Amino acid sequence: MTTFLGMPAGGGNLTGEPFPKAAREALGNAQLRRNLAKATGTIRAKRANVVGELPDWAQLRAAGAAIKDEVLANLDEHLVRFEEALTSRGTHVHWARDAGEANRIVADLVRATGTREVIKVKSMATVEIGLNEALAGIGVHAVETDLAELIVQLGKDKSSHILVPAIHRNRSEIRDVFRREMPGVDPDLTDDPRALAEAARRHLRHKFMTVDVAISGANFGVAETGSLVVVESEGNGRMCLTLPRTLISVVGIEKLVPRWQDLEVFLQLLPRSSTGERMNPYTSVWTGPTEGQTSHVVLVDNGRTATLADPDGRAALRCIRCSACLNSCPVYERTGGHAYGSTYPGPIGAVLSPQLTGVDRNPTLPFASSLCGVCYDVCPVAIDIPAMLVHLRGRVASAKGTTPESTAMRALAWAMADARRWRRLVRLGRFGRLASRHVPLPGWSTARDLPQPPKETFRDWWESSR
Amino acid sequence: MVRVALFVTCLVDGLFPDVGKATVRLLERLGHEVVVPPAQTCCGQMHINTGYPGQALPVIRNHVEAFEGADVIVAPSGSCAGSVRHQHADVARAHGDAKLAEAAADTAKRTYELSEFLVDVLGVTDVGAYFPHRVTYHPTCHSLRVLKVADRPLRLLRAVEGIDLVELPAAETCCGFGGTFALKNSDTSTAMLGDKMSAVLSTKAGVLTAGDSSCLMHIGGGLSRLRSGVRPLHLAQILEHTR
Repeated sequence: MTTFLGMPAGGGNLTGEPFPKAAREALGNAQLRRNLAKATGTIRAKRANVVGELPDWAQLRAAGAAIKDEVLANLDEHLVRFEEALTSRGTHVHWARDAGEANRIVADLVRATGTREVIKVKSMATVEIGLNEALAGIGVHAVETDLAELIVQLGKDKSSHILVPAIHRNRSEIRDVFRREMPGVDPDLTDDPRALAEAARRHLRHKFMTVDVAISGANFGVAETGSLVVVESEGNGRMCLTLPRTLISVVGIEKLVPRWQDLEVFLQLLPRSSTGERMNPYTSVWTGPTEGQTSHVVLVDNGRTATLADPDGRAALRCIRCSACLNSCPVYERTGGHAYGSTYPGPIGAVLSPQLTGVDRNPTLPFASSLCGVCYDVCPVAIDIPAMLVHLRGRVASAKGTTPESTAMRALAWAMADARRWRRLVRLGRFGRLASRHVPLPGWSTARDLPQPPKETFRDWWESSR
Repeated sequence: MVRVALFVTCLVDGLFPDVGKATVRLLERLGHEVVVPPAQTCCGQMHINTGYPGQALPVIRNHVEAFEGADVIVAPSGSCAGSVRHQHADVARAHGDAKLAEAAADTAKRTYELSEFLVDVLGVTDVGAYFPHRVTYHPTCHSLRVLKVADRPLRLLRAVEGIDLVELPAAETCCGFGGTFALKNSDTSTAMLGDKMSAVLSTKAGVLTAGDSSCLMHIGGGLSRLRSGVRPLHLAQILEHTR
């Protein structure tokens, strides 16, 4: 790939502990394992049902991939068209190279309003750049209004899933968080989902009526019209989009679709892949500010241009954040999202996060997969995640240069490139293993027995019997 | 009669020779000629998937040359056949070797996983096997999602006389092997293995079968550690078995 000087690397919440270490800690949490298995199992079945009922799913998927590729191939032109369309409708457009710049822009806009509190529509981009923390730094409290984001925020927790950030919590844990952290909550609150939702509703309704600045992301931006789209289930997003007098939308530069009619494809792909619904309850589209409202759009790069520069990695930017790959992944189901250390967990996170930050800052994520391939099968925009993981592993190995692993692999490849050398090595390995059959293999022998080496190799048998 | 060039795979050659022998005996019993091109070694998938595609290049070249001129290449592995069919040409192309890419694409066209060869090329599902045991089948990820063998192995197994074939719960979930994943992410791999073993044990089968010795080495290694008594057997070993 070609990387040009000045291509900003992604900052913000995109890195964490090495995956194997973080995963080990998560795997020790039996409650987490149960919560995840139940939640992902339920949503997998729902998705399979509503995807299976569409006879043209394969065509929709191909169309989704093609439209996104069209955007990515000419992203510069689409972005300029988008900016023109937004500006002509009276929206102010800002460009941010990275997380720090995006946070500064939003902080300045918020400061200018004089507010001490903002309400937020669920948004991955603002979690990615660490906006809440940045706003706290200037004394502004950001209130998450998506129920799951609210649970995470009140619990001083971290999101572990793109769609359902509190997937790692069950309802009794949620009740405990509400009782502990929600001002004025009924101290006898039960874990009945209806009661929990009502408590959240009371808490949030007050915020919707009193806070005058909102921050959103966007699921899609339409380049030709300058429209922004938020797809949600609860309606809390729409409250934020319509009530406050200032609306600031933080949007990754890859979120565009060229034409209005392209939404027809994505509004089918997204809810079916995401929540397993034929249609989501609330789709909000706004083209320019509503009357009496000031609206800003902050377009964020944060490593996306660098991702675009890699022909074998750029398809990760097709992602519409549906989470189907998370819900289907056998690794995610067992470790949960925190183990990935990034705002974007699961298979898509394992290919997106290292590209946004540069592989040197996320060297373990491309290896956090058994390459089983189920993520590719369920992806609504056909991102070949397994092939991309393999490609990124190559970038990680190249960046590391000579290591004991690379030296051993080189020696092995040298032997494998010639049958005589290889057969000698196999014989040697077999005798070595026979001599040391009770020596455990680190990483393997903790849970699995090694096969006993056979008396003769297949090739020896073949030659002696023919 | 088909002249079959057996790509035995490095794992079967070195650790599971009985799988290779079973494949030879099965194909010969069905009236076909088996040859074992002597220059073969390994497909190089471990190098490619661990981040060393450049190192895999000479291994790929060796494989392509070893099977030059073979009409039909059969491997008792979905994963190795998958690498030959879906990785070799791409790796060669990415490293600027267009000639090798072309030759690898040609090798890919002639390469089959065992169940594909039996069902699609030979057109048989009943291979005349007899295996009076309770068996459950794990569809390996690469056979299922890379090669898309679908229910071919199951069709072959259902035709085996005397077999008591029981469905494996959550069969299509990965067992957690994943090549070097089993070592680099040992804890996660082991957690996935635990769930797979629970599923296998719930079937009360005495034999676990699959089309890949690598996954069987992983699940079988775990089942052996548990002293479960469940035997891992490659699909070829069941299909080879007669009265």
